[in-house]
Amino acid sequence: MAAVILQASGLSRAFGGLQAVDGVDFELQAGEIHALIGPNGAGKTTFVSLLSGRIKPDAGVIRLGGSDITALPAHARVRAGIAYTFQITSIYPRLSVFDNVALAVRGGDLAASVMAALRRVGLAERADQVAGNLSYGHQRLLEVAMGLALSPRVLILDEPTQGLAAGEIAGFVALIRSLVPQTTVLLIEHNMEVVMGLADRITVLNFGRVLARGTTAEIRANPAVQAAYLGGDDAVA
Amino acid sequence: MSVTGKIWALHLGVLVMLAVAQAVLPAYHANNLARIMVLAVFAMGYNIAFGYTGLLSLGHALFFGFGMYGMGLAVWQVEWTFFPAVVLGLLAGGASAAAVGMLALRTAGVSFMIVTLMFAQAGYLTVLYFNQYTGGDQGFAVEAFARQVFGYDLAQDTPRAVAAFVLFAVALVLNLVLVRSRFGRVMAAMRENEERSRMLGYDVFHVKLRVMVISGLYAGAAGAAFGVLFGYVGANFATVQYSILPMLYVLMGGAGVVLGPLLGAVVMFYLIDIASGLTSAHLLVVGVALVVLVLFAPRGLLGMVRERWLPWLP
Repeated sequence: MAAVILQASGLSRAFGGLQAVDGVDFELQAGEIHALIGPNGAGKTTFVSLLSGRIKPDAGVIRLGGSDITALPAHARVRAGIAYTFQITSIYPRLSVFDNVALAVRGGDLAASVMAALRRVGLAERADQVAGNLSYGHQRLLEVAMGLALSPRVLILDEPTQGLAAGEIAGFVALIRSLVPQTTVLLIEHNMEVVMGLADRITVLNFGRVLARGTTAEIRANPAVQAAYLGGDDAVA
Repeated sequence: MSVTGKIWALHLGVLVMLAVAQAVLPAYHANNLARIMVLAVFAMGYNIAFGYTGLLSLGHALFFGFGMYGMGLAVWQVEWTFFPAVVLGLLAGGASAAAVGMLALRTAGVSFMIVTLMFAQAGYLTVLYFNQYTGGDQGFAVEAFARQVFGYDLAQDTPRAVAAFVLFAVALVLNLVLVRSRFGRVMAAMRENEERSRMLGYDVFHVKLRVMVISGLYAGAAGAAFGVLFGYVGANFATVQYSILPMLYVLMGGAGVVLGPLLGAVVMFYLIDIASGLTSAHLLVVGVALVVLVLFAPRGLLGMVRERWLPWLP
């Protein structure tokens, strides 16, 4: 069994009267692709925001590689190795593609690291363009390149394929698969084809709680998941 | 020529032109140019905070005032000579910006503007309140012994012009190096997308605080230099007008362009100079100029030049 790289126990967060995340226990194993799924409003984005430190938990403990990072602010968690790509594309639209990625690189040979990350996502020849002029799909790829340039231990992707064309999704899936096992990937995704094709394991959230967890086959077969989320057998087909 | 070569050629060329202008212009204009260069240093500091990092402060008069009074009081009260007094002014500008930044940077946007404005007003009122130590609204003259540098008297035109030029040249080169450094890129990142920057591992508060200190050092150096070069320290330099002034220079010349503050200072200075010779309503002319600017060149004169012709302008 692989080592646990990121672990949350009893993680909770409420917004006013709404318990967005309610006592979630969660383990991410080093080198896996783990998908987080659930209906809209299930608390997925809140949960990864707790992991990345963008919001503070009301209760619970988060450990990265065994050390408690619950009290660390977001920027320190990024430095500790948790990279987060936003659900809504978040780049520096007025800076060049090169500068966008350069901001993610720390130490070492700046230009070489930037170009390596850009080559990986296939944007190397666009390094001098202004990022805001890229197509939407390329902006998503740029964001992934920024995540890669951080050389993270854990890469959290929040709905990375949202808004991509079908042809772009295939390339994206291949890219994500090429990241493991050096990087561990936590993926929030609505596209079931992508989830079933990529994930080693799946956690299903519903109303802020873990409804089920297991391999893709186990999740497909789980009747509670089908009732709550997949809406019967037609959605999985 | 490489981009780096072009950038240095342009900026060093501007410095050569300024030196030549100082030498050949008639005394009245050469003196104006000395004032403009010192005020442009102040505006460069403002540009580092506002133009590059996106920190819209309305309190920079406080840092300018700290620089001026730090220098002036050291001369008046404890009879320090030129160098230690000016260095004290420089450091006072940086320290005041650090203190204000620690508190004001907990806010952002409009709140940041109001908090910085409030601190600057408190500073101005403090100068008036302690008038037996500060000279109040009368101010005080900087004594002759503190205006001697290497045997030259800063009360005379040529040494003053040289001193103003040296300050400006150092400030310009450091500004250029700063914005082209790795930290310069991080500053722009704060301006463009703060949340993204946080999630790339940058401590947003810490970066902004460093920028405030750098900006305050510029303002402090300019305040100290203005006092010692023109021989007078007064409370009017700590009024809100002196917070607005560098902002106008930067907006006119081009926010986020190294040469923007200089061009803005030249244009605004002469706009006011010429208009006040024609009419007592010279502020009206300034107002019209700003409206025209907003309509036709919202990014300032050099901002427009960069957009249309010179995309490499730092």
